[in-house]
Amino acid sequence: MSDTFFFAVEVAINGLMAGVMYALVALGFVLIFKASGVFNYAQGVMALFAALTLVGIQSGQIPFAHVINATFGTHLSSFGWNVPSLLAILLTMGVMVLFAILVERLVLKHLVNQEPIILFMATIGLAFFLEGLGDLMWGSEIKKLDVGLPQGISGTIENVTHEWFGYGFFIDRLDIIAAMVATVLVIALTAYSRYTKQGRALRAVADDHQAALSVGISLRFIWVLVWSIAGFVALVAGIMWGTKSGVQFSLSLIALKALPVLMLGGFTSIPGAIVGGLIIGVGEKLFEFFVGPMVGGATENWFAYVLALVFLVFRPQGLFGEKIIERV
Amino acid sequence: MFYREAGDFKTSYVEDGQTFPIRLDRWGYYAIVFIAFAAIPFLINDYWANAVFVPFLIYSIAALGLNVLTGYAGQVSLGTGGFMAVGAFACYKLMTAFPEINIVFHIIVSGGITAAVGMLFGLPSLRIKGFYLAVATLAAQFFLVWLFNKVPWFYNYSASGQITAPERTVFGVAVTGPHTEAWAKYMVCLVFVFVLAWMVRNMTRGTLGRKWMAIRDMDIAAEIIGVSPLPAKLTAFGVSSFLVGIAGALFFAVYLGAAEVGEAFGPQKSFLVLFMIIIGGLGSVFGSFAGAAFMVLLPVLLKNLLVGGLGWPTDLATHFEIMLVGALIIVFLIAEPHGIAQLWRLAKEKLRLWPFPH
Repeated sequence: MSDTFFFAVEVAINGLMAGVMYALVALGFVLIFKASGVFNYAQGVMALFAALTLVGIQSGQIPFAHVINATFGTHLSSFGWNVPSLLAILLTMGVMVLFAILVERLVLKHLVNQEPIILFMATIGLAFFLEGLGDLMWGSEIKKLDVGLPQGISGTIENVTHEWFGYGFFIDRLDIIAAMVATVLVIALTAYSRYTKQGRALRAVADDHQAALSVGISLRFIWVLVWSIAGFVALVAGIMWGTKSGVQFSLSLIALKALPVLMLGGFTSIPGAIVGGLIIGVGEKLFEFFVGPMVGGATENWFAYVLALVFLVFRPQGLFGEKIIERV
Repeated sequence: MFYREAGDFKTSYVEDGQTFPIRLDRWGYYAIVFIAFAAIPFLINDYWANAVFVPFLIYSIAALGLNVLTGYAGQVSLGTGGFMAVGAFACYKLMTAFPEINIVFHIIVSGGITAAVGMLFGLPSLRIKGFYLAVATLAAQFFLVWLFNKVPWFYNYSASGQITAPERTVFGVAVTGPHTEAWAKYMVCLVFVFVLAWMVRNMTRGTLGRKWMAIRDMDIAAEIIGVSPLPAKLTAFGVSSFLVGIAGALFFAVYLGAAEVGEAFGPQKSFLVLFMIIIGGLGSVFGSFAGAAFMVLLPVLLKNLLVGGLGWPTDLATHFEIMLVGALIIVFLIAEPHGIAQLWRLAKEKLRLWPFPH
C-alpha cells in the first residue's frame, strides 16, 4: 500500500485523538444541558479558567498580583513555594466547586423560569466574566502546564507499526492518555448517573423539573452538583489541552468547537458528544489533508461549523438527540 | 407631571398612527435630531469623533440590524462580525473597481450584497431553531472571515492582506482616506443612521414587523394563523444583513480606514453587537441606540478611570473591562431582561406621576 494511504490513515488517527479532546469539552456542555436545560457557553472558558488556576496554584502565584501591584505599587508575584500536582488539582477542583456554588447562588437562582435563550446569553456573560477574572487573577501570558503527563511522539507505536506495515505512525503519547481518560470519564459518568442516588436524582431532573421537585429532589442542590461535575470535566479538559498547547486564551476558542460537536451528536446525549467529537476531529483533519492545500489551508477554522450546519439541515436534532416535538 | 399625554387629542387616523404619538416624545425626538445635525458637527473634534460618536453611530446601525433579526424575529445570530466583513469587503471591491461612482452608492450596494449573503446563511433557519441556529450562524462567522483571509481577490492581492480605503468624496468633501475631517466622518454616519433607523422603525410597526414578531413569539402558531415562515424569516435575515453590511462598510471605510479581517471582524465583534442589543433591549429601536452608546462609552470611561485615574496598565484595564461587561450582562438579564429600553419605559411611567404618588 502506498505511503499516501498510510499518511491519510495517520491523519485520521490524529483526527480521532483531537476529536477526543473536543468530546471532553462537549461532555461538560451535555451534562449541564441535560440537568438544567442551560446551554452553557462558558464551558470552554471554564476549562481555561481551571487550567489557569491549576498552573497558578502549582507555581504558588499570588492571585490578583498584577492588580495589587498596579494599585498599591508593590512588587508581589509569588508565595515562593511549589504545590505538588495532585494537591494542586484537588485545590483547583475546590475552586471549581466554589464557582459552581456561586453560579447557582448569584445567577441561576434568579433566572429560573426564564426563556432558554436568556439563560444562554447569561452564560455568555459568565464566559466573559470568567475570562476577565482569570486574566486578572493569574495574568494573561501563555503558561506551561505540566502535571507529569507523558508527552511527545510514542516511540513504541512508531516501531511496532513500522514493523507491521513498513510505515511508522506518529502518535502523541498525550493523545493516547487523553483518549483513555475520556473513556474512563464517560464510563464513570454513566455509572454515576445510573447507580448512585444523586445520579438518579440527576436523571429525574433532566426528565422533568417539576416532577422532580414534587418528589422532594432539591433542584438547587442538583444544579450545584451538575455544575461541579461540569467544572471537573472542564478541569480534565483544561489539563489535557493545557499540556498539549500551553495555557492561553486560544484554549477557550478551541473549546468553541465543542459547539458543532454537540450539534452533530445532539445536546442531550453523552455518547453523542463522544461520537460527534470523533466525527468532527477526523472530518476536519481529513478535509484539511485532502482539500486544504487546494483552497489555501486553515480550513480547520470553519469546517466543523459548516459540517454541523449542513448536517442539521437534514437532521435538526443531531445524531442521538431526542426527537424535537413542538406543540402550540 | 413632567412626562404626560394629557391634552394631547387626536382628530385623525394619520395623527393617531404616527411614530411618536405623544407630543413630548415628538419634541424630544426633534430636539435630538436638531442637535445631532445642526450642533454637534460644529463642535466635534477628532478625539470625540473617533472615540465616541463615529463608533457609536456605526455600532447603532449594526445593533439595529441584529435587533431586527434577534429582537424582532427571534433568530439568534452569532455571525454579525462575518456579515460586517462582507459589507466591508464588498465596499472595498466596489470602491476600487468603480472609483468614479459616489461612495454612498457603494455603501448601499454593499448592504445589498450582504443582504444576499445573509439570506443564504439564513436558509437553514427554516429547519434549525434556537441554540442550534445560534451555533449554525457561527459557521457564517468563521467561514466568511476565513474566505476573506484566504482568497487574495478580495483584498486586491495586497501583500499585507489588509484592505485600505482610498480617498473618496461626497459633494467635494473627503469622507474616507487619511485626510477626512472629523465632522465629515460624523455626518456620513449620521445620515445613514437617521435614514436606516427611520426605515427600521416603520418596518417594525407595519405588516412585516408584525410577521416577524409573530414568528418570534411562536413560529408554529404564527404559521397556523397564516404567517408564512419562509418569507418572514428570510426578510428578517435580509433586512438585518443589509443594515449590518452597511455598518461593516462604514466601519471599514469611514472609521478604520484600513482593516485586517480577522482582527476587525472576528467573533468578538459578533458578541459585542449581541451584548449591545441585550443590554439595550431586545425588540426596540431605542434599545439598539442605548445599547450601542453603553458599550461604546463603557470602555472609554473605564479607560479614563483606570488608566488615567488609578494608573493601571492598559492590559489590566482591558481584562477588567471584559470582566465588568460579563458581570453587567448577567446583572441586566437578572434585573431587567428587556434592557435599558425597558428601564426608560419604567422611568417614563414614574415621571408621569412624580412627584405625586397617585
